[in-house]
Amino acid sequence: MKIHEYQAKELFKKYNIPIPDGAVAFNPDDAKQVAENLGQFPVVVKAQIHAGGRGKGGGVKLAGSMDEVTGIAGEIIGMNLVTHQTGPDGKRVKKVLVEQGLNISKELYLSIIPDRSTAKIVIMASRAGGMDIEEVAVETPEKIIKVFIDPLVGIQPFHCREVAFGLNLSSSVMRPFVSMLGSLYRLFMDYDCSLVEINPLVITAEDAVIALDAKVDFDDNALYRHKDIIEYRDIDEEDPLEVEASKFHLNYIKLDGNVGNMVNGAGLAMATMDIIKLAGAEPANFLDVGGGASAEMVENGFRIMLGDKNVKGILINIFGGILRCDVLAEGVVHAAEKTGINIPVVIRMEGTNVEQGRKILAESGLNFTTASDMKDAAQKMAQLVAD
Amino acid sequence: MSIFVDNNTRLLVQGITGKEGQFHTQQCVAYGTKVVAGVTPGKGGRNMDDIPVFNTVKEAVARTGANCSMVFVPPAFAADAIMEAADAGVDIIVAITEGIPVMDMIKVKNTLAGKTSRLIGPNCPGIITPGQCKIGIMPGPIHKPGGPVGVVSRSGTLTYEVVHQLTLQGIGQTTCLGIGGDPVNGTNFIDCLDAFEKDPETTGIVMVGEIGGTAEEEASEFIAKHVTKPVVGFVAGLTAPPGRRMGHAGAIISGSSGTAQAKIEAMKAGGIHICENLGIFGELCSEVF
Repeated sequence: MKIHEYQAKELFKKYNIPIPDGAVAFNPDDAKQVAENLGQFPVVVKAQIHAGGRGKGGGVKLAGSMDEVTGIAGEIIGMNLVTHQTGPDGKRVKKVLVEQGLNISKELYLSIIPDRSTAKIVIMASRAGGMDIEEVAVETPEKIIKVFIDPLVGIQPFHCREVAFGLNLSSSVMRPFVSMLGSLYRLFMDYDCSLVEINPLVITAEDAVIALDAKVDFDDNALYRHKDIIEYRDIDEEDPLEVEASKFHLNYIKLDGNVGNMVNGAGLAMATMDIIKLAGAEPANFLDVGGGASAEMVENGFRIMLGDKNVKGILINIFGGILRCDVLAEGVVHAAEKTGINIPVVIRMEGTNVEQGRKILAESGLNFTTASDMKDAAQKMAQLVAD
Repeated sequence: MSIFVDNNTRLLVQGITGKEGQFHTQQCVAYGTKVVAGVTPGKGGRNMDDIPVFNTVKEAVARTGANCSMVFVPPAFAADAIMEAADAGVDIIVAITEGIPVMDMIKVKNTLAGKTSRLIGPNCPGIITPGQCKIGIMPGPIHKPGGPVGVVSRSGTLTYEVVHQLTLQGIGQTTCLGIGGDPVNGTNFIDCLDAFEKDPETTGIVMVGEIGGTAEEEASEFIAKHVTKPVVGFVAGLTAPPGRRMGHAGAIISGSSGTAQAKIEAMKAGGIHICENLGIFGELCSEVF
């Protein structure tokens, strides 16, 4: 799960990680109020959306007066912000973070992530703050400091020193930096984060260490033990169909193609998307209904896919195994009748009683095409949407 | 022959009294697996379908000689269950549970590093040596006993698809296993490739990957150096968008890393026969094997 920068900074504050003074604002008047409370200029007005690259897209601006604050806030709130992470449609900005400007002397990069292959916690740091870490990794990998931490032992002072000396920090900054890094690690572990990133982390002219930006992502599987984080969820940032699907515990991701597809199991669902493309059509979504694929799941799946107006046909691919195909077929017929589906549906299923299942589909009088295997299904589907 | 499990495997089931645990235990018994014990804390002393249930794994192992565990414990308690099995010295731990927090698995993996137990999964369909034993939730009848092909995959139903196509071509399997769709798992591709390479009955290997992480890239390097048997590979997710978790917790393209394209290129460079069209996977295998 992703959260906004201002929410991440609320968490930072809780852990005594220094952040600039400021607050979130939902309209220009709010923004003005925040600026008045800050009592000094310049202030920074930052669009709050779940995507990076906001500055380049025009979503982060400096204001030197009260008029500029209201002007800029009015401009940013309501704008459609397009960045390299939002896709070409961009995202509507609904709120801004208004913060004090700082006297920056140095910009650094700092992040903590779990490392999949070693099962350790990794601290990554770089002197090239403000830059995309992926670019730094490609162009100047020697500038990235990586420190691996055994989660059973936890962060030790020497880990922090390794990072601090690697960043070539001056002695006056060392102590606040080490303390900040320890707090950041605690936050990461306490909240089951999948990413904590500060880019840039700044050293001010006054030698203060301050998180100018904040990005925190959480492990969805661990949210059950972090009820306070669930409250940070902002469904405005999510696709409406995906929000709807999540209510039914369906794993749905909207894409741009014309063939809706419903599959049991994530790997097979991805492979089904791939074979749709290979057959000459484009997948409209990823939809994993899980191993069970109950009639209710199928019905909800139909409804979600039909909510996407680009969908011209639906491919169902269920490798049942233990699941009985006659039961599945009855569920599909029932769901199709209930949702009034009027576009071609190609069904491939495998499992026990597959012949009975096919018979039920054929005799339903609905617009169903049965397929013998995946290749057959993809070809039939591509043909139907091309006609 | 086979890898990791065979007809000498004595299975215990953690979470045997749950709905899923009970159903799949019955399926495993029906396939011929020797299920010797179940563990559900607080329900020790009972029987479930004539299988004795114990309070702790240690007790179950001591009383029944179980050497393998299948874990059906819900995600919030699964890490504890895996560590309990490892602590009791169980050789093979097969964790079916989906949805275990990454941090829990990171702790489990570091805990298991100093122990003799092998963890398969979590978030996996399990492991089957066709005709001998089935430890997991895969449909038994799609498999064909006797080898000569070993199958290793990060997926569940996609593995069934691949195995089904092999069987339709008349190609049997030595052992098929899913290593799981989570970012942090126990046994990895390399462990399985190494075991299949050493298994005399296995003469060819099928490896099924998907987007996310670098496990396929690392496996490809291993294959180039250490595997003499032919390997056929498939990677799911060529059409997956970056930055989105595709069902499996581990199936995500982060920035430019973990793409299907990069994995396919690495696998080709490692000498793996790549199947570009899953619809003809079986045909390709009958050409290669």
